[in-house]
Amino acid sequence: MAQYMILIYDDEVSWAGAAPGAMEEIVAEHTAFKNSYQEHLVDGHGLHPTTTATSVRTDSTGELLVTDGAFAETKEALGGYYVIEAANLDEAIAIARHVPARFGGIEIRPIRTFD
Amino acid sequence: MSANPAVSAAVAEAHRHEWAFVLAATVRITRDIDLAEECVQDAYASALTAWAKAGIPSRPGAWLTTAARRRALDLLRRRATAQRALPLLLDDELTPGPDELDDDTGTTPIGDDRLRLIFTCCHPTLGQQAQVALTLRLLCGLSTREVASAFLVTEPTMAARITRAKKKITTARIPYRVPPEPELAARVDVVLTVVHLLFATGHTAPAGDELVRRDLVERSLDLARMLRTLLPDNPDVAGLLALILLTDARRHTRTDDAGGLLLLAEQDRNLWDRRGIDEGIALVREALGRRPPVRFTLMAAIAAVHGEAPTYADTDWREIAALYGVLVQIWPSPVVALNRAVAIGFAHGPAAGLVELDILTSEPQLAGYGYLPAARAHLLADQGRVAEARLAYREALLLTENTVERDFLAERLAQLDT
Repeated sequence: MAQYMILIYDDEVSWAGAAPGAMEEIVAEHTAFKNSYQEHLVDGHGLHPTTTATSVRTDSTGELLVTDGAFAETKEALGGYYVIEAANLDEAIAIARHVPARFGGIEIRPIRTFD
Repeated sequence: MSANPAVSAAVAEAHRHEWAFVLAATVRITRDIDLAEECVQDAYASALTAWAKAGIPSRPGAWLTTAARRRALDLLRRRATAQRALPLLLDDELTPGPDELDDDTGTTPIGDDRLRLIFTCCHPTLGQQAQVALTLRLLCGLSTREVASAFLVTEPTMAARITRAKKKITTARIPYRVPPEPELAARVDVVLTVVHLLFATGHTAPAGDELVRRDLVERSLDLARMLRTLLPDNPDVAGLLALILLTDARRHTRTDDAGGLLLLAEQDRNLWDRRGIDEGIALVREALGRRPPVRFTLMAAIAAVHGEAPTYADTDWREIAALYGVLVQIWPSPVVALNRAVAIGFAHGPAAGLVELDILTSEPQLAGYGYLPAARAHLLADQGRVAEARLAYREALLLTENTVERDFLAERLAQLDT
């Protein structure tokens, strides 16, 4: 078995403009997903929008730079993630296919382990 | 020790025809593609001396497989204690796929090591360039330098591409297996697309002075035949093999003695490879006989109509236009629509064809595609609209890089003025 991170990328503008009740529906979809794939699930959380994000980096002089906003400005931003266990990439894709992501899409990354 | 020409020839022959078999069987033992490649290379090298001494074995593939596997076991024993940098390849017999999780038998519909290898090389999570490069390297046994030259990139670029793809296979754990039945058709399509791309690249080299790169055409034919052997009941495979055979059957007549391009109308049909055409037509019949056909089968059917016409004048353009009509439904590509428009032009007159072509001139995907103005030029010339034809040929010339095709267009343009 290997672990994969499923990164959920959402268009935050669509999220913000979603119909009333959409939030409840999406939460219900995630609950259903978690119930179906309980045995594969290691971890997972939703994130608040990038308007609440803070980026921290070091500039060229070694000075610590704390700025408002996401690390990279993109149309779709990381909105949540799951960590799953799967036998191989095919199985990870089969699981990721069921992750709710109505305002964007999913990226699957194998998790690196250091022995 | 002087090289024995018979042995060298036998080793070269085995390299050409047995590489995929030997490598795939060795990967089964090493579960590591790089290590397997190393062992197979060693086996071919040792064959040169061993066969010179003991004679050429009756089954060179089996001899090479045994040698490569023995070498692999040797190396594995030696490396057993050494730390491994990368995880091992996943074997489907050890790790069932998602669709087999509930099924303890874990059986796949078909099992051959070469199939596992090609399905891994053509996994949909790899980019198409990587799929093509891995297929040439691992299934056809081409060196990185040869793969690089086939695709007109530098050797370091190709080496990096191959390394990246191999690394993804192990790191992201792309399974080394034949996909289970529900995914099989879609996965076969990815494999066929790669083989067809090799053929298409070889058949009309995108740039350069030679119209055909023979080595790529032959490799694609070898791969299609291998797939036909391994998946004998798959109609899509039959369709692709038919397409390659039927298109390639015209290879000797596509250019004149000076290397100039010859149109279907100008080709000497006596020089067409009749055996290839007959084999292709039989395969098309078989492929069309079952379930809705895939694009390769329809393309083969179109090539079969040409192959059946004793002369150009006998070409059943209505049948061809109708087949393109079906093809464009299942494969709504602007290039297919372009071919359909040309067929309509031949079936129902240049005016009808031009109506279809003019619809396509606003198609963004065809902007910059030289065949569109070339086709318009041809139909315009047929209608006697010389000034417009001249403009269209000039536009086509601006968009064409293949020297042979450029010469052809320039000659057509010159003929307009005579």
